[in-house]
Amino acid sequence: MPEGTGAATTEADRRLDSPLVRLSGITRRFPGVLANNDVSFDIRPGEVHALLGENGAGKSTLIAILSGVLQPDAGRIEVGGRRVRIGSPRDAIRLGIGTVYQHSTLVPTLTVVQNLMLGQRWWRPLGRAAALARLEEVSALLGVRVEPDALAGTLSLGQQQQVEIIKALWRGERVLVLDEPTSMLTPQGVEELGQVIARLAAQGFGIVFVSHKLQEVLAFGHRVTVLKLGRKVGEIPPERLSALSPAAATAEIVDLMFGRGASDAAAPRRRRSSIRPSAPLLEVEGLSAGNGALADVTFAIRPGEVFGIAGVDGNGQKQLAEALAGQLPADAGRITLGGQDITTLSVARRRALGLSYLTDDRLGEGTVGSFSIGTNLVLKRVGERPFWEAGFERPARITDHAREMIASYDVRTPGPEVPIANLSGGNVQKALFGRELAQAPKLFITNKPTYGLDVANIRAARDRISAAAADGVACLLISTELDELLELSDRVGVMYRGRLVGVVENGPDAERAIGRLMVSGA
Amino acid sequence: MSATTAKPGAPVAAWLRALLPLVLALAIGAVILALLGRDPVLFYTNVLNRAVLNRSGLQETLVLMAPLLLIAASLIVCFRAGLWNLGVDGQFLLAACFASAFAAGWVAALPYWPAMLLLFGLAALVGAAWAMLPAFLKAQYGVNEIISTLMMNFLGFGLSAFLIKTLFGDPEHPAPQTTMLEVADRLPRIGDTLIHLGVVFAVAVILAVHVVMTRTAFGLKLRIVGHNPRAAEHAGLNVRRLTFLVFAISAALAGLAGAVEVLGVRGVVRADWHPGYGLLVVPLVFLARFHGVAAIGFVFVFAVLSIGGESAARRADLPNDFLLIMMSLILVILAVTDYVASRAGR
Repeated sequence: MPEGTGAATTEADRRLDSPLVRLSGITRRFPGVLANNDVSFDIRPGEVHALLGENGAGKSTLIAILSGVLQPDAGRIEVGGRRVRIGSPRDAIRLGIGTVYQHSTLVPTLTVVQNLMLGQRWWRPLGRAAALARLEEVSALLGVRVEPDALAGTLSLGQQQQVEIIKALWRGERVLVLDEPTSMLTPQGVEELGQVIARLAAQGFGIVFVSHKLQEVLAFGHRVTVLKLGRKVGEIPPERLSALSPAAATAEIVDLMFGRGASDAAAPRRRRSSIRPSAPLLEVEGLSAGNGALADVTFAIRPGEVFGIAGVDGNGQKQLAEALAGQLPADAGRITLGGQDITTLSVARRRALGLSYLTDDRLGEGTVGSFSIGTNLVLKRVGERPFWEAGFERPARITDHAREMIASYDVRTPGPEVPIANLSGGNVQKALFGRELAQAPKLFITNKPTYGLDVANIRAARDRISAAAADGVACLLISTELDELLELSDRVGVMYRGRLVGVVENGPDAERAIGRLMVSGA
Repeated sequence: MSATTAKPGAPVAAWLRALLPLVLALAIGAVILALLGRDPVLFYTNVLNRAVLNRSGLQETLVLMAPLLLIAASLIVCFRAGLWNLGVDGQFLLAACFASAFAAGWVAALPYWPAMLLLFGLAALVGAAWAMLPAFLKAQYGVNEIISTLMMNFLGFGLSAFLIKTLFGDPEHPAPQTTMLEVADRLPRIGDTLIHLGVVFAVAVILAVHVVMTRTAFGLKLRIVGHNPRAAEHAGLNVRRLTFLVFAISAALAGLAGAVEVLGVRGVVRADWHPGYGLLVVPLVFLARFHGVAAIGFVFVFAVLSIGGESAARRADLPNDFLLIMMSLILVILAVTDYVASRAGR
């Protein structure tokens, strides 16, 4: 190699091109699971590196390692070319890696600037004036405007996320890790986030974007890495990704995620209607609940019918589900199930009459995370035979039942005794589908049944709903995914600010009609 | 897979995690003793000789365990249900006060066993009644039961002293106290020992509580409420009703502890008596991780340290406070080992 300038240039080039962070051969075991198996992953300046994979593929583990929450069992982490150990989230921040987690870490009762000033060292306090200046500086980097004295809890989810990003870059971090950042956002919020990401990348930040939504990955990512069962199964570098058409890129990524030929499974189809020509099973008249969160809602569902509820998240859908299930008392109106007035009945009485409710909050209220899968599968039947005799538990019967459900609902788990919180979201959802459908309900209410699931599990969930309807179950499908509603529903009602502002017969023009009602309420 | 990666819930690890703090605390206690110029081996030998190896000492240890075990049972019920009834001392004392006030009279007026059963029933009822206000506030308004039950303790101590100085006082005795239940009328003893039936009763109750909490539908319902109240609502459990039941059962057990102490050992309640067993048992129940059988073990260790430690401290010319230091050490070390284990388990 020549002396002098030549060597210097090579050195400079290498520095320019060298990754900000390099993970190589990362392996992390959990009891019974190899969550990351020899994974390598680079974060380069100016590049958005999308990390894609099914639920349980190991994305969260890799992010946790990157942000210092977990430590790898084997492998090497380099930051700026030097080998480091990221022993704690504080180490990660010191090394310039800022992370925005899936769920908000802001204190809702503090203002934006107070939130940002949290966590500073007591021996090096930052005054309010300096904090405001820093906020100005970082929000300029992002190209957003944030009201410093607004209470964090009063901001929209999109704005909260902007504050989270500012917080992640507060100490001059050059690497930004975004863990499923779009899962809580409205379509408009997603678009704004895309602009922020593009702007940061243009200024040389290294960005990791975790998602299981293909369109977003293709829209925001420069480089794509696909994980499957803890292994890295493929990486598409920027030059190749930009050369591919969106359709070709989609097909290639789906093949990586699910194996060859799986891309067909993701294709939409329209369910054949199975409405029974009988009286409505569920009749809701003028239902109001939650102090106006749900206002004067009227509709009916016949056996075998799928009635969809569309709407931007937070327009009363959850209150509707809870009022029907009996978790939220009705302020006014009437609910009739199979001719019987159930408006004032308890959750358990309604369930006994054939009402089944699959909640969208799987870990928060659907399950007890530290309890076994077996126990969670009978959580709504505690004390019932044959699992309990005279009040005493029959563990063998609960285990046998769990084995059957695990097999027939394809729950991937080492066994029925595993705490359900150890399963991936898709597998928890399969278990819950089993719990809610196995007892042949008459009315099946489900809220966002495919939220957070990967393509294969989305397919499985939708097929379950189709099958239930074909068996004559009246289904109420609440969803924010329009393609899901259009695939499964016979009719779609649209909720806007707590009211049911319209019901659309599913058909060729339904999508436009629903979309208009969703955003304008008319 | 190596032993170190075993599940944190594995039985061996659980035993180790429970016993380790105890062993460490005894070791640190030994160092302190050595620094004070006392012989640690002699000290611990004295403790064991007095409280375990000596026949009457062992009996004293077992007798002391009776109220502690019932209070442990009381705490296990509510802690497993995620309700922090810290009012056991008030419930205990008020129940003891009522049982003692009526004991002599009822035993004289009724056949022995019906009188005893009624006294136990009364104690359970009084204990439960004293928890109904916190239960109502919790179920109806979500008021933090830690605060409300602790407040009820002060009211309970005051009320029982007031009752003893007025309605329940023995007019023939100069100091304010209830009418003495004669030794012959107290709970029958086993053979020629000091061990009364209340000890057996307490062991049976805590074992029964353990079985109910871990093996029955009722216990599972309480544990669901304890682990995730929202899941309990979602699963159709009546959380309000269960909250009342938990407070009632837990406080009734605390009341029974009061009855056992008064009817088995003391025979009388003085206006200034309140042993404060409840807050001593709380850490033991945590140490046992709400497990009934393990709680028996820790209550035994505690009783041994109380009975044996007092005499060992006297012999070593140390103040009684040394025992409190030992107990506090165990708790601090418990917290530290818990933290270390959860870090390592991640």
